[in-house]
Amino acid sequence: MIVPFSHVFMLAGALFFLGLVCIFARRNLIMTLIGIEIMMNAAAIAFVASAAHWHRLEGQAFVLFIIGVAATEVAVGLALVVAAHRRTGSVDPDRYDVLKW
Amino acid sequence: MSLYAVIFYLLAALILAATGLAITRKNPVHAVVFLVFSFLGSAMLFFLLGAPFLAALEVIIYAGAIMILFLFVIMMLRVDVADRIGLSVGRWVPAIVFGGLFLALSALTVFRNSGSAAMLKAAMATPRGFGRYIFERYWLAVEIISVLLLLGLLAAVLVGRGRDEKAKSSGDKRGEEP
Repeated sequence: MIVPFSHVFMLAGALFFLGLVCIFARRNLIMTLIGIEIMMNAAAIAFVASAAHWHRLEGQAFVLFIIGVAATEVAVGLALVVAAHRRTGSVDPDRYDVLKW
Repeated sequence: MSLYAVIFYLLAALILAATGLAITRKNPVHAVVFLVFSFLGSAMLFFLLGAPFLAALEVIIYAGAIMILFLFVIMMLRVDVADRIGLSVGRWVPAIVFGGLFLALSALTVFRNSGSAAMLKAAMATPRGFGRYIFERYWLAVEIISVLLLLGLLAAVLVGRGRDEKAKSSGDKRGEEP
């Protein structure tokens, strides 16, 4: 017996909330990517808790794929940030206005 | 309250505190260091919930590879720390209000569900059993993930290489031709 299922789920929900606030409130593309990582981690915690609840390994299998997708996403996202920084000299999303004439 | 429950609540407090500190730091390097603590706490939580292989992956990939990648990029870009990140009410208040609304709704949904009060039982999926399960039932998904990682690698190289060097070198060549 560890803890009620709902407490683990609420931990995942609170973590997701923190990631969401990070994405909305920060003006820095690197912090936006960090917020996405926090949200993916929260989803992984929810999947592991579900796997422990139902005694099925599907939840843990899905976490493996979440980690793979997170690694790919962060590699491509950071490459995009580097390319954008090279163009505008900033990581502020408001400065990416090269389409403005 | 069993020992497992005490460990769980301590880990939950550690994870939430480290993440909360991470998203409010002005300096992205400090944010990444706090986030490493958060991911290590998540790894211990995975271990507690019976997923030792995923705990190892969390340490190796999340806390190790991904965070180091962030540090590399932050150091490469020389991000100016004062990136007008101040605690402006106009940005933090809507984020916290809508996020809190989401959190309240999810708490309502989770706690109203009758099955949610069930206690989790201590169980463990051994890495050997987990590996057998993955490669018997989800081998195609594993292959797809590996192709996705390869594509991500190619995309990162293509996007990160930039156009100016290529344009410069081709421009030089064009200059030499006549």
